[in-house]
Amino acid sequence: MALPEESVATESAEAGVEAPLVEAPPDTVAGEVVLRLTDLVKTFPGVRALDGVQLEVRAGEVHCLLGQNGAGKSTLIKVLSGVHQPDSGQVEWRGQPATFANPQAAMKAGIATIYQELDLVEDLSVAENAFLGHEHRRFGFVRRGRMARQTRQILARLGHGEIPPGRMVRSLPAAGKQIVSMARALSHEARLIIMDEPSAVLAHDEVGNLFRIIRELTAQGIAVIYISHRLEEIREIGDRVTVLKDGRTTAANLPARDTPTRDLVSRMTGRTIEYVFPDRPTDDGAGADLLQVEGLTRPGEFADVSLNVRAGEIVGIAGLVGSGRSELLETIYGARLAESGSVRMDGKVLRPGVGAAVRAGMGMAPEERKSQALLLGEPIYRNVTLATFGRYARLGFTDAAKERAEADRIAETLELRPRDVDRPVRTLSGGNQQKVVVGRWLLGGTKLLLLDEPTRGVDVGARAELYQVIRSLAAQGVGVLLVSSEVPEVLGLADRVLVMREGRVVREAAAGELDENTVLDLVMAGSLMEGAPA
Amino acid sequence: MSDATPTPTATPERPQLPAQSPPVDPAETAVASDKATGTGRLSWWRGDGGDGAKRNLGLIGVLAALIVVGAVTKPDLYGDPTWVWNNVLAILQLASVVGVVTVGMTFVIIGGGIDLSVGAIVALAGVWCTTVATQSYGAGGMIFTALVVGICVGLVNGVLISYGRLVPFIATLAMLVAARGLAASISNKQTQVSSSTFINDIAARKVLGIPILVYILGAVVVAGWVLLNRTTFGRRTIAVGGNPEAARLAGINVRRHTMLLYALSGLCCGIAAIMLTSQATSAQAAMANLYELDAIAAAIIGGTLLSGGRGTIVGSLLGVIIFATITNLFAINGLSIEAQNMVKGGIIVAAVLVQQFQFKSVTRLLARNRVTTA
Repeated sequence: MALPEESVATESAEAGVEAPLVEAPPDTVAGEVVLRLTDLVKTFPGVRALDGVQLEVRAGEVHCLLGQNGAGKSTLIKVLSGVHQPDSGQVEWRGQPATFANPQAAMKAGIATIYQELDLVEDLSVAENAFLGHEHRRFGFVRRGRMARQTRQILARLGHGEIPPGRMVRSLPAAGKQIVSMARALSHEARLIIMDEPSAVLAHDEVGNLFRIIRELTAQGIAVIYISHRLEEIREIGDRVTVLKDGRTTAANLPARDTPTRDLVSRMTGRTIEYVFPDRPTDDGAGADLLQVEGLTRPGEFADVSLNVRAGEIVGIAGLVGSGRSELLETIYGARLAESGSVRMDGKVLRPGVGAAVRAGMGMAPEERKSQALLLGEPIYRNVTLATFGRYARLGFTDAAKERAEADRIAETLELRPRDVDRPVRTLSGGNQQKVVVGRWLLGGTKLLLLDEPTRGVDVGARAELYQVIRSLAAQGVGVLLVSSEVPEVLGLADRVLVMREGRVVREAAAGELDENTVLDLVMAGSLMEGAPA
Repeated sequence: MSDATPTPTATPERPQLPAQSPPVDPAETAVASDKATGTGRLSWWRGDGGDGAKRNLGLIGVLAALIVVGAVTKPDLYGDPTWVWNNVLAILQLASVVGVVTVGMTFVIIGGGIDLSVGAIVALAGVWCTTVATQSYGAGGMIFTALVVGICVGLVNGVLISYGRLVPFIATLAMLVAARGLAASISNKQTQVSSSTFINDIAARKVLGIPILVYILGAVVVAGWVLLNRTTFGRRTIAVGGNPEAARLAGINVRRHTMLLYALSGLCCGIAAIMLTSQATSAQAAMANLYELDAIAAAIIGGTLLSGGRGTIVGSLLGVIIFATITNLFAINGLSIEAQNMVKGGIIVAAVLVQQFQFKSVTRLLARNRVTTA
């Protein structure tokens, strides 16, 4: 297997593992450096979210941050906007070492962040949102007229003088709300605006408008940190690119237009952690069709998806957040209602509703462990038996002893640590919480397991264990449908892979026929690259 | 970096999971649970929430403090064992009607809801079962009517909330207004006297020296405890209130269960209506006024989390008894009801403050644990 690094970036191969950093010639952008991060480190219990980030942003440039899910982009944004404080490393803001104790401090310094979920108050007006937290006041009264006037000026500066400052934000479309967020940034006299996937909420033609605004901002000397999964956007709007992976900067200040896609992609994915996947069975142990999905459609989420999972087979779905993969899984599971299409288990069409799916032998480990799967304050055993406690009950009376025993058996096979099933789930680490969620479906004859991001927030050791568990289940004839935004996970674990982009399956192949770069190209490509090379 | 390949690396051996759900050998189960709990098979009556029990100890402490206050202020009365025994019975009798309502309320709150209409349901059930027409069917007909009215009104609440997707606060607030209106209309704003000696005897009589009302409270509390801690219904209640999304994705019918919780609360109101009618030997539309506040306050003092998912029946019972004891204490000291209400308000605030403090310290402790084990 040829290495991506060797084929595209010879200088890093020479430098070795210790210095994978690539510096492009620094004269590509003229402005002064407004922000410089050196060796930034931020750890959370069990996770090293930032592990040596370098970043240099100049006035008047659009600096793109690229990285897979979990690369540390969100944490980096939160450090810059004052939500988190770094453990070590230097933040230099306009030539001075700086620490932002809280979001207000960062705003005051001139760093504004536009989050993906816009943080606007829907029932306040455009002007009130733009000046939220620093309203013009006199004698305790808000000076509405002055605020409206200034908001109008700012909106005009953004090229959107047509938005009335008095309009309720709720009544604006997503693109309009985004402009209000930017107006808020400008009302703070921001010198650096961080945009977290701003195009994700926009329709295609609105993205052009966003870019026009960004160009006007940068022409006024404002620096923009632009985060996006879409490479073609980065090519269009970006000046320089910094790539993050596993909390480290793997490439800094690459020219956004000329760096080959392969190079960028390999910087995002180059292994530093070895994933350990269990062997695939040598014989094709897969049995009869277990799940058949035909033409499943939910408008705005996914369209015309057909797939099948056989007994004993692991089918992986690769795709980014927003590709419709989680929604697809929830629809198959009956948690969302399909507009059209059918879901069959063992050849029988499923009635809508989770209850029917569970009775037919499906189980799901949802994406958001804490909010969708666990009763955090309840003991482990009750979480393990959440879907099955009725089966151990007699005449409606629960059998706690039996439940504890079953949960303990699961805890043993999954090597749950600690193995005390009376502990509240809250006290477990992320990996062990995930084992509880998966373990829930090992009880009582689950035939098809739907796993949505099963290893998110799970440390490396626990990951390997989870992979073993999933493979062993398949060896026992359980069908597994796995969704993950980590391409190596899908490729390493699944027997067959579906690639989803923008709500459609764009490729289906045996896992052995695909490599990571091909899948990433497919997952990230714009419409121009449809039908990318195998 | 030439050893880093994007293809998966193989592991030499793959541990095999045991087959799913093998037939359970009873001996094995016992061994397994021994290993799991370290204490062997758990007693059937043991509660499951360790910290819930601790909180209840705190409530018993409060109760003891109230008794000490009583003993200090009225040493002559508290020196007389017969008086003390009769006073205890008086307190329990005072607590009995609200106590029954509180058991239903506790279920609703643990299940993530709130029922503001309980007082109105008690009044409606009371009025309905004492109409001339209903009384003509005798005591059995009256009891049946009260229970059915309670369940049906509760079901209406439940349907509006779970299938009509109304916020529980709004739906039951509307029911509070509507049910009292209906009660006033049925009774023609008159006080309806119960002519059934059977009904009237419930409150008047004692068995083995203890009022029947106290037995009823005891029976409802025991039934509620068993229902919450030992049945699938109770388990679903905790799941639905603790994390409705997780419950739904585990295959629990969250809507149907929510509906049933309000029906259960209605049933408790029906029982309370009979008790209250019996006490007054009559019913009227204004009876059981503000019971909803007493019941909610008692449940919260008892440690029920207003956001759902946590709470105990014993705690709620202690909450009701604490309130009744305060009332009793003020009565024997000849103090005004106004002062009494102020003290009750203070106790509610204190109880919630204490809970928050406990909760915070517990989570801090857990966070520390997590860091050390990570």
